[in-house]
Amino acid sequence: MTGTIHSLWTTAADSATPLDKIPTPKIEYAQLSPVLIVFGAAVLGILVEALLPRRSRYIAQLGVSVTGLAAAFAAIVALAADGYASAKSHIAAMGAVAVDGPALFLQGTIVLVALVAAFTFAERRLDPLAHGRRVDSFAAQGSTVPGSEQEKRAVRAGFTTTEVFPLLLFAVGGMMIFPAANDLLTLFVSLEVFSLPLYLLCALARRHRLLSQEAAVKYFLLGAFSSAILLFGVALLYGYAGTISYGGIADVISGTAKMTPALANTTANDSLLLIGGAMVVVGLLFKVAAVPFHMWTPDVYQGAPTPVTGFMAAATKVAAFGALLRLLYVVLPGIRWDWRPVMWGVAIATMVIGAIIAVTQTDVKRLLAYSSIAHAGFILAGVIALSPDGVSSVLFYLAAYSFVTLGAFAVVTLVRDAGGEATHLSRWAGLGRRSPLVAAVFAVFLLAFAGIPLTSGFAGKFAVFKAAAQGGAVPLVIIGVISSAIAAFFYIRVIVLMFFSEPQPGGPSVAVPSALTSTAIAAGVAVTLALGVAPQYFLDLAGKASVFVR
Amino acid sequence: MDHLIGALIGAPLLGAGILLVGGRRLDRVGHWIGCLLAAVSFGIGAALFADMLGKPTDQRTLTSHLYSWVPVGGFRADVAFQLDQLSMTFVLLITGVGTLIHIYSIGYMAHDENRRRFFGYLNLFLAAMLLLVLADNYLLLYVGWEGVGLASYLLIGFWQHKPSAATAAKKAFIVNRVGDMGLSIAIMVLFTTYGTFSFGPVFAHATGASQAKLTVIGLLLLLGACGKSAQVPLQSWLGDAMEGPTPVSALIHAATMVTAGVYLVTRSGAIFNAAPTAQLAVCVVGAVTLMFGAIVGCAKDDIKKALAGSTMSQIGYMMLAAGLGPIGYVFAIMHLVTHGFFKAGLFLGAGSVMHGMNDEVDMRKYGGLRRYMPITYVTFGLGYLAIIGFPGLSGYWSKDKIIEAAFAKGGTEGWILGGVALLGAGITAYYMTRVMVLTFFGEERWEPAPDPDKTPGVEPGIEVHPGELPHPHESPRSMTIPMVILAFGSVFAGGLFSINSAFLKWLEPVTGHSEGHSPVSTWEVTAATLVVLVVGGALAWAQYGRRPVPVTAPRGSLVTRAARRDLLQDDFNHIVLVRGGEHLTRSLVYLDHSLVDGAVNGTAASVGGLSARLRQVQNGYVRSYAVSMLGGTAVLVAATLLMRAV
Repeated sequence: MTGTIHSLWTTAADSATPLDKIPTPKIEYAQLSPVLIVFGAAVLGILVEALLPRRSRYIAQLGVSVTGLAAAFAAIVALAADGYASAKSHIAAMGAVAVDGPALFLQGTIVLVALVAAFTFAERRLDPLAHGRRVDSFAAQGSTVPGSEQEKRAVRAGFTTTEVFPLLLFAVGGMMIFPAANDLLTLFVSLEVFSLPLYLLCALARRHRLLSQEAAVKYFLLGAFSSAILLFGVALLYGYAGTISYGGIADVISGTAKMTPALANTTANDSLLLIGGAMVVVGLLFKVAAVPFHMWTPDVYQGAPTPVTGFMAAATKVAAFGALLRLLYVVLPGIRWDWRPVMWGVAIATMVIGAIIAVTQTDVKRLLAYSSIAHAGFILAGVIALSPDGVSSVLFYLAAYSFVTLGAFAVVTLVRDAGGEATHLSRWAGLGRRSPLVAAVFAVFLLAFAGIPLTSGFAGKFAVFKAAAQGGAVPLVIIGVISSAIAAFFYIRVIVLMFFSEPQPGGPSVAVPSALTSTAIAAGVAVTLALGVAPQYFLDLAGKASVFVR
Repeated sequence: MDHLIGALIGAPLLGAGILLVGGRRLDRVGHWIGCLLAAVSFGIGAALFADMLGKPTDQRTLTSHLYSWVPVGGFRADVAFQLDQLSMTFVLLITGVGTLIHIYSIGYMAHDENRRRFFGYLNLFLAAMLLLVLADNYLLLYVGWEGVGLASYLLIGFWQHKPSAATAAKKAFIVNRVGDMGLSIAIMVLFTTYGTFSFGPVFAHATGASQAKLTVIGLLLLLGACGKSAQVPLQSWLGDAMEGPTPVSALIHAATMVTAGVYLVTRSGAIFNAAPTAQLAVCVVGAVTLMFGAIVGCAKDDIKKALAGSTMSQIGYMMLAAGLGPIGYVFAIMHLVTHGFFKAGLFLGAGSVMHGMNDEVDMRKYGGLRRYMPITYVTFGLGYLAIIGFPGLSGYWSKDKIIEAAFAKGGTEGWILGGVALLGAGITAYYMTRVMVLTFFGEERWEPAPDPDKTPGVEPGIEVHPGELPHPHESPRSMTIPMVILAFGSVFAGGLFSINSAFLKWLEPVTGHSEGHSPVSTWEVTAATLVVLVVGGALAWAQYGRRPVPVTAPRGSLVTRAARRDLLQDDFNHIVLVRGGEHLTRSLVYLDHSLVDGAVNGTAASVGGLSARLRQVQNGYVRSYAVSMLGGTAVLVAATLLMRAV
């Protein structure tokens, strides 16, 4: 691979007919079908926007999204059943995309998360009727200036932004490629493919539009900054190895690559490798919200429409950790003695700072944002283990965590007052007395976040800490457990607030959702309890899917 | 047939589930559901019994493996059942007597608004006890053991609005905890010694362990047995447990709970046989309790408490027999079964008397009731004759055998144990005659019913007319029929068991049997027993039958006063354990407040302060976020390079 790319460029100058030498790319459509289905559905969604009348778009979009995601999941299951997760796993699309166990497991998780998230996107019962029409959590017309006459007109006309569905699907497609990307350019492109729709989605809240747009701009600016860092790192790694393929770089690191003598002098400069590798990792750490690249998280989680926050918090984390796993396990294991201590530091900082700052949060969405930072730290502990157990535990943790998160944010959408969602914690006081069921469900999610046994959170945390301890990171595990204890404090504080405080007079009411959000929440509870009560089956599944292809 | 074993436990468990989850809407039919499922369980038990009788002796054990409960590496605990002759005996006793008590409760609890809940607890009690006797390993046995503890707590404290009942329930639970701790540690030691919980392998290799370990296991098992079976020194809960409704007393004393300890010792026979020291301890505990209960029974004026003392004493007989090893196992269980009949009958009779006497429990305020309650009189009288060992009745067959076996132990021990058992028989005759005479004979010493508002000790299930003299009357059918059936058992069971040594042959394959070397002949023992019986009965008659009985108890001798206070057991517990415990907890609380809480609160405060400070960094400006990212990247890159450098 190294040779081909170099020779491609170097010979291109001499050759009279360079185009003859570019081979027709060989694409394994069947193996890429999950991603292709999602992108196809996204394109179909755009056509729906363009061709169908406004009235019928909602149903059509929901139908296309749900069908597309379900079909993609079916395709993933079919591939896994066909052995692509183990024996037949290989690298498709000219070395660009891996089809292997971790990729399929993470893609399956992302698609399921997206499917559930699509339900919360489509919820139209929570907001009061706007001029006789049911509306969802998204702006009437994203392009209008908040507070302008135009906006009022759009609201009066009962517009809704059904474009969120294709945007969701594009983001999902990008996220599916991200953990499967097997060269650095595919990694970068898929990162942008899923980031750009997310920036847009963040800006589309129906209420508190300025806050929402501010969040989107912050996310975009910082995201662009991190992408630049990642791209810089990609360039340096290419400079080091002379190739962008994961396997190729790993070969150069291990010294087994065949190199043309002419290039031997310019490649394999370890400074390039270390700096480039660190910068690519930074780009990924930004997406998983690890300290010190976490600052965007609370602001964006708070400002974005809550269904988007739920989706983003769950699916982005899955995709980004997937990519990080592949990078560290496939490309950079050769220099693990260099990056592991650094990642130790990052993991410790992430766990501790996430947990500590969360203690004084007063807004439910910000609280969950800091909790997601702390959880990123816990997952990092598993990533660093650098063992098959590490991979399987991280896969399990991601699946468990994403459903808890989705469910928790779905519950947040239910607690409302006249100004929309009531996210200030003081408003949640005594919720358990007024709406015991909703409060109990939220309590289940909080207990899962805290890692109490019989919830998925415990099984996941146990698995990653066990993997980390076996990988020799006992101090990391001790700090992780202490952070968990700090984190348990603020989760349980919310439970205490809900069940043991007097309800405020004129406090928020709990909206009765349609079957869509109910399904989403029920799915969250079901997965949380199933993975908590009988984790072994899923741990085995993750264990089977824990081998990367090279 | 083996899958029916699960259903045996399942039926009452299902009943408990339905009744406790179903709530108020089942109030009208709840008691029928409870009775039906108890009866179903008995039906299944009877079917299994018939099936078992049809098989040859060596193929009578049924096993049923439900699922693996905790399979973790070498640690294996299964939910599996084993039904052999010993378990079968208990199953029939538990479900049979249990069902009768269920039926009796329909009438007894008719006026209680929580009758449905009561039946739910009764069903739970049966299910737990069945689990205890059907488990094929110690861990599952422990689940049933704890279930019995829970159910007894719920039932003793059923009238929880009475402070005395709530206290009694707590006392029973806490005293039982001491025993449970012994059992749980015994199980742990068993597991570390034998590597398994299952009865089969443990008993097969019982002798393989060192003598010290066997003794430790045996003594710990005995501690557990003492708790559940109310043996000295853990007997103090039994008398207070009379605060529960009378059917509960009957259930605890006859069919469930107190028999659990005897079961445990008999089931673990292989271990005790290999640990003579532990076995002797069982004998001593049994003998001491036998006397202790009998003496307490002599002094009590409360009819239920007198019967409670009697239970303690009779269980002491069983323990003594079980401690004798293969000489006594069979007779321990046989006495357990016959005792199940007559003690249940006596308690139900006592309940019937209370029912007719405005819930009065003081026997000094009874008298002459035989004319007013003929059925109760006859059934209670037959139970009385059975328990004192009147020749031909059930108690005669089983108790005589135990006394004989005690002598057969041989040596000085044999003489002492035999003598105690013989003396106990005389005291039994004394205190039971006293109960009988005070209640049914003599003049009527009735007093107006107390005002229930002023005396909170009154059972609320019964209609009370304050200020009126009681109008003793016979109880309803639902109460008398079970009493009649139990009376039949009291009269004939022992005799039936003894025809051709039927019971011995039935149980021998499980427990083993040996005759021992008795220094005295069977006839000598029987004759001596009859003599002490007559002496005891005559003494009681002379004291209470021929002289008028004062309504307020006389001060009595020092021993009488001590016996009235349960031989100062509670005082001992209070001074030594409660006071000591209070001092200990007070100092621990002080430590907790000053040291632990201080550390915890200090940590919490510092985390909170740190959190507030760190929050300041999150200022909302995207430019400072970007700077932090840039700085972070620089640090990361530098650190990575540094790692290579060092």
